[in-house]
Amino acid sequence: MGYLGGFAVTLKKYLHGTDSGRVVTREYLGGQGGDEDQKRPKPPRSHGRHVLNRYEDGMEKCIGCELCAGVCPARCIYVRGADNDPDEPTSPGERYGFVYEINYLRCIHCDMCVEACPTEAITESKLFEFSFTNRADAIYTKAELVVDDDGRPQRLPWEDWREGDDEMTSAWMRATAPGGDARFEGIVAWSAELGYGVRAPEGGQPLEAAQAAEAAARHAAGDHDDHGGHH
Amino acid sequence: MSPVLAALDPLLENVDGAAILIVLLKVVVAFALLMVSVMAMVWFERKVVADMQNRIGPNIAGPFGILQTLADGIKLFFKEDLLPRKADPLTFRLAPYLSLIPAFLVFVVIPVGGDFRGDRGGVVHWFGRDTLAQVADPHVGILFVLAMSSIAVYGVMLAGWSSGSKYPLLGSVRASAQMVSYEAALGLSLLAVLLNSGSLSTNEIVAGQSVWQWNLWATGVVPFVIFLIAATAELNRPPFDLVEAEQELVGGFHTEYSSLRFALFFLAEFMNTITMSAVIVTLFLGGPNGPSFGPGWLQALLPTAWFLLKLLAFLFTFVWFRSTLPRLRYDQLMDLGWKLLIPLGLGWFLLLATIKVAGDAGWNPAVAGAVVVVLMALAALGLRGALRTARARAAAGEAMH
Repeated sequence: MGYLGGFAVTLKKYLHGTDSGRVVTREYLGGQGGDEDQKRPKPPRSHGRHVLNRYEDGMEKCIGCELCAGVCPARCIYVRGADNDPDEPTSPGERYGFVYEINYLRCIHCDMCVEACPTEAITESKLFEFSFTNRADAIYTKAELVVDDDGRPQRLPWEDWREGDDEMTSAWMRATAPGGDARFEGIVAWSAELGYGVRAPEGGQPLEAAQAAEAAARHAAGDHDDHGGHH
Repeated sequence: MSPVLAALDPLLENVDGAAILIVLLKVVVAFALLMVSVMAMVWFERKVVADMQNRIGPNIAGPFGILQTLADGIKLFFKEDLLPRKADPLTFRLAPYLSLIPAFLVFVVIPVGGDFRGDRGGVVHWFGRDTLAQVADPHVGILFVLAMSSIAVYGVMLAGWSSGSKYPLLGSVRASAQMVSYEAALGLSLLAVLLNSGSLSTNEIVAGQSVWQWNLWATGVVPFVIFLIAATAELNRPPFDLVEAEQELVGGFHTEYSSLRFALFFLAEFMNTITMSAVIVTLFLGGPNGPSFGPGWLQALLPTAWFLLKLLAFLFTFVWFRSTLPRLRYDQLMDLGWKLLIPLGLGWFLLLATIKVAGDAGWNPAVAGAVVVVLMALAALGLRGALRTARARAAAGEAMH
């Protein structure tokens, strides 16, 4: 009955569903439904819509260096820097991001902009509700991206914010930077001045194994240790 | 009146206004019924597949999501209609209709109700007239079904060819090869039914099967199984949906189609599923035949109810196939068609024919059947041996060069 066994499986599912319940999918209506509208909790590392962070005093972190635009593989970021007004500066440094635009028709949410950013100005939230009716609407500007006075991401009217969605939006473990290196286990590589949405450091990485492997690789390459100290 | 018209329907023996009105009514009702049932079928398929895959399925538009098809239809209707630059404009526009119209026409010969008890021949009384509960009953009945389903191949073939693009072309090449090969198996299993019924007319085929004495039993279950498999292939439904294999051919023959023209293909596909199920019910499961009981109005409605119930069983079966079986590889498909279904169909037909002839001539049917089976087995063995020898010689020839 090898060929017909599959029919029994599908019929059983049709009649009884799974052991854990009738269905494995959720009914997600984007906030337009009633009690049945369930949004699955996002994994802590999920990549969503970007936010442009600010310091605790309200200054923008972005310095308009365009590193994010340079590293972006989808070429979806457009940045123009401008000199700060000395009397009323927008960011602590010399320059600030005068224009900051992300085209979400192109963005692939790889988070390389987040890794490239020297001031931790750009991070990603967990929001994924993008709905455009024309191409111009797909380009988010500073008006949508910059966080509010409390450091929280803006709640755009078409987004479906739920409990816990705004947590862990500002700090992120980098894959190629100190925060993601096994040797920096338990060390948050983020300043997170606002103290909001900061992600707790991840534990459990096999530190000794990573160090040993790295040392072996360095030895094989005949390279000297050029890893600088971080934080 | 004209004997040709009278052959289509007893109603047309003396044509007058009322007769024409009834015919028009039948056409309109059949058309509307088919459209509505396609809508229902799309919803049904999505819901059943969702249940089998532990998903929810459409549930937003209307109660239980039953208006989802309508919403999708409206969306497709208002989408941009694209014509690829390399497409052949006329053929590209013609193809969807070539596959839709035959799907409609097949349903014309299906008896959807009528009183088949005794020798009443499915005649119903509407508005004081005698007529049949089918739009037309031509003498060629089942041949008409085969002819129409063959024309539908052109729709798929021309759609792929006229798109001027790779994937559609591959899809349509597969389509024509697949549909033509399985048409043979379909026809051979059909022969068993025709042998048993002695008529091509769908009305008489149904009349020949009383309440439970279906052709399914009378022909042995084998032709039914062959017909079901070949019909699935003919409909391009999973596991035989190589024509539009999404994982390898994008959308297959309808890759370049959008908007309403895509919707027409979609409509034709689901309509074909319904009409082919109806053909199976008519041929093998006695169509509207079934136990009759209750008051007069119930007795009038019961045949249609039996028909719809049997139809639903097959629609469920097709959906069940889809959610259970993985797609066949192309060579497996051809092997199944040419090396299994066609020989099996042919052999079974010969066996049934022998038993029938033996019965007519007064021989012992069991002995005659056994003789034919032994003869066919011998022939198969001989063929196998011949093939093996030919292969060995070819291999030897290769080795010498």
